[in-house]
Amino acid sequence: MSETTVSEANNGSHSQASNISEVTIRLAGNSQDGIQSIGGFLARLAGRSEREVMTMMTIPSTISGGASIFQVRLGSGEVLSPGDKADVLFAFYQHSYDNHVNNLAKDGMLVYDSDHVEPHEEWLTKYRHIGIPISSLTVEAIGGTARDKGKNLYALGLIGRMFSLDTAKLERLINERFGGKGESIVKTAMDAFQSGYRYHSDDISNLFRLAQGGAERSNQVVMSGNEAIGYGLIAAGVRFGAGYPITPWSDIMELLRRELPKYGGSFIQCEDEIASVSMAIGASYGGHVGVTGSSGPGISLKTEAIGWAVMAEIPLVVIDVQRGGPSTGLPTDVEQSDLNIALYGGHGDSPRVVLAASDVEDCFYTAIEAVNIARKYSVPVFLLSDQAIATRIEAFNEPDLKTICKDVELDLSPVASHKPYDLSSGDGLSQHRAPGTRIEDGRYPVVTGLEHDESGHPSGDAVNHIAMTKKRRNKLKTLADELPVPEVCGPDSGDVLLVGWGSTKGPLLEAVEQLTNEGYTLSSMHIKHINPLPTSLEDILPRFKSVYIVEMNDGGVYGYGQLAGVLRARYADSRIKGINKTAARRWKVSEIIERVKARLEEETAAA
Amino acid sequence: MSDSATMERPPQDAEERQPVTKKEITADNPTWCPGCGDFSVLSIYYKLIQKRNIPHENVTTVAGIGCSSRFPYFVQAHGVHYIHGRALSFASGLSLSRPDLHVFTFGGDGDAFSIGGNHFVHTARKNVKMTYVVMDNFVYGLTKKQTSPTSPIGFKSKTDNWGAFDQPINPMKLAISAGATFVARTSHTNPKHLLEMMEAAMDHDGFSFIECLSECTEFFAGAFDNSNPRKGGEFKLMPEDHDPTDEASAYALAGEDFPGRFGIFYQIQRSTKNALEASVIEAAQDKFQGKPDSEVLQATFNRMK
Ligand SMILES: Cc1ncc(C[n+]2csc(CCOP(=O)(O)OP(=O)(O)O)c2C)c(N)n1
Ligand code: SF4
Ligand SMILES: [Mg+2]
Repeated sequence: MSETTVSEANNGSHSQASNISEVTIRLAGNSQDGIQSIGGFLARLAGRSEREVMTMMTIPSTISGGASIFQVRLGSGEVLSPGDKADVLFAFYQHSYDNHVNNLAKDGMLVYDSDHVEPHEEWLTKYRHIGIPISSLTVEAIGGTARDKGKNLYALGLIGRMFSLDTAKLERLINERFGGKGESIVKTAMDAFQSGYRYHSDDISNLFRLAQGGAERSNQVVMSGNEAIGYGLIAAGVRFGAGYPITPWSDIMELLRRELPKYGGSFIQCEDEIASVSMAIGASYGGHVGVTGSSGPGISLKTEAIGWAVMAEIPLVVIDVQRGGPSTGLPTDVEQSDLNIALYGGHGDSPRVVLAASDVEDCFYTAIEAVNIARKYSVPVFLLSDQAIATRIEAFNEPDLKTICKDVELDLSPVASHKPYDLSSGDGLSQHRAPGTRIEDGRYPVVTGLEHDESGHPSGDAVNHIAMTKKRRNKLKTLADELPVPEVCGPDSGDVLLVGWGSTKGPLLEAVEQLTNEGYTLSSMHIKHINPLPTSLEDILPRFKSVYIVEMNDGGVYGYGQLAGVLRARYADSRIKGINKTAARRWKVSEIIERVKARLEEETAAA
Repeated sequence: MSDSATMERPPQDAEERQPVTKKEITADNPTWCPGCGDFSVLSIYYKLIQKRNIPHENVTTVAGIGCSSRFPYFVQAHGVHYIHGRALSFASGLSLSRPDLHVFTFGGDGDAFSIGGNHFVHTARKNVKMTYVVMDNFVYGLTKKQTSPTSPIGFKSKTDNWGAFDQPINPMKLAISAGATFVARTSHTNPKHLLEMMEAAMDHDGFSFIECLSECTEFFAGAFDNSNPRKGGEFKLMPEDHDPTDEASAYALAGEDFPGRFGIFYQIQRSTKNALEASVIEAAQDKFQGKPDSEVLQATFNRMK
């Protein structure tokens, strides 16, 4: 919690509020308490208050019951990561208290439900404790039948009071959220919220006040990474998809199933992932770029069909919301260990495009980019997200949908002649013609997974196989030349370059910022286009003495992770080293800092 | 995609366009062995296209992998040679996103009932509109004589030298119990009957499934002789009084000993998945009264502020 000014009266209250620029609040309870929804309210409020916001949420691995937490970091500056340590911990139960007190920052504050929590002596001296009988006060406010229900809104009221939040806006949000469910529900929710807000204690009233964010953040939308991908696909003109449920991908398929009909499209729930990817490819063949997606084992099942789409040169978008693996692995935890399957999953030489989104906003735009590349290059495109971005909520500047949204007219205009695998252009690109397209010379295409000649006839000819393999590879080379130069943050040459991909972006930037403040000179770079790598990348890496690839996967037998492996192979450069983590939790800024410092010390010692 | 032209609506220049000729619809020389039953199915498909005057560009043929699945190469039309066992899923994606086409899918018994068994069941129950013809030769042809899921008990294959002993699948029973809405059986030896079944299948609004006995002369010669009058067998049609909407009687007839019956075992009308999805789309779009997509999405984003 960064504090700026102390002592300032506000809201007509006479208590003193410290002005803070950011705060990290962790709510710990059980999944049925609706903890996640408080987070949602705060995130939306922050979005509407011109505050940058980023939240972190972990979902319980059991469906009913089980511990659940939600961490929200609100800031008026740029919020890059969900925060390492909490400034304020709300503990609803003893286990919440016991398990999360360790996550409090040095001067952190503990608010606990005194109906359930017995504070420990050792912590009482260390942290400021505020006990409030949240359960019984909620029952008092909304009636005895409420039991666990409503505690979340009561707590939201408390938070509103502590941080001098805009109650009118919060009440509007509550109205919007519960409005559709009937008057009595809205009233109960409002009663719980207001009683929390009115809870009288000098301990908590208007303790803090969050500074307003800059004006450039005026028009923000608030959503999770999974939602951003779903809406990005819709904006890009995707009108057909198919999938099979699996965490954490399911949200995207549920969203598309619900939303696509509004746009004249549909999303089909299939019997398995093989059927899903096949249906999506079938739709692409029909002329509408199809999307499928999955997580973990579901991705493994799709690989044969993806290889077909590479061979047959049919567009396809595959969303991979990565979770811990292998096998069923860690279904609700984060890992970046699917890069290899995205790049190489399947038999044979099967070049495909792989992109990785780095935050919620990037999920939206990368989804659009994935669709456009698939269309233009007639190739499968993997979009890698992960459990950490999938479920966290962020606010970002509202996209200009009028200019972004794509029209999706099916083009069936007749052509004089057509070769589905035309080799003449040299850049590897050829165009798919959907059925219904009249081919005037009467020679119709068969698209196929057998090696084929330019017209799609099976061919085992060696010269032809060489030419076609080259064609499929050349498409990606053409794309590589068009990709933007990755941005280097910090000096553009020097001793150390930290390289990340996917959701490591925020923590990495923050780590570099802090290390720079401590007097280190280092730079960072984020790679979004992993296959093909942007052509321009080869000029960047040699400018640094050491290059560390920070990723959430195993360092493997040889001490470097999956992206590091790609870069080492590509640039034949043994200075590329890995900083890896497999703890099934996102990178904390402090961990990156420690690991980098340790590596730098090792290097100096060795030198 | 819901507003695309329907297949029944002829293209604008239909008047001037002659029905496609057999020559125009014929592509590469089939690579099947001489005498293979699949030839008859192909020539009946040509006949069907001509007889039904399907516009050339709308003929869409999908197949999996197997001898029979080479089918699309031999048809001069838009075609797909997909992966083993998954042709139905591919065809479903095509059918659901392109309601203007009538998709024809072809494959073998291994493709349909072994590796693709799950997709067969689910495509049938969902009643995705298309015609599926399984060219059943009771053997794996392409991979050269292994036991197939329809190989009869006792069939000596390379994977059951001593004779197959696993209970074979009964395609009629499987289709009926999976919820298929059109279930028919025919044989390559009776082209007239085959065409009749193909026409009825094409006219059926839903998932229309035909099992067509199609002899593999190379690896299971004579397999269907006792259903072929020219070889001294009997081509036994459905009983005159069979009611194809009667599921129990269809199921009972499907249980008759080989060579069994030929004809339409079962046919009912049930909403297709295509129609059900279209009605969801219609209801959803009604609310937006033709607003451009960007405005529909904007309305959603406005709620996320
Ligand atoms: C995933 C996969 N497994 C196995 C094969 C090999 N394979 C190709 S066709 C086939 C069986 C063909 O039998 P059937 O479907 O009955 O077709 P037929 O050749 O008899 O017409 C097999 C096992 C394959 N192509 N793909
Ligand atoms: S192997 Fe059998 S099924 Fe295949 S082409 Fe020859 S006869 Fe036909
Ligand atoms: Mg067979």
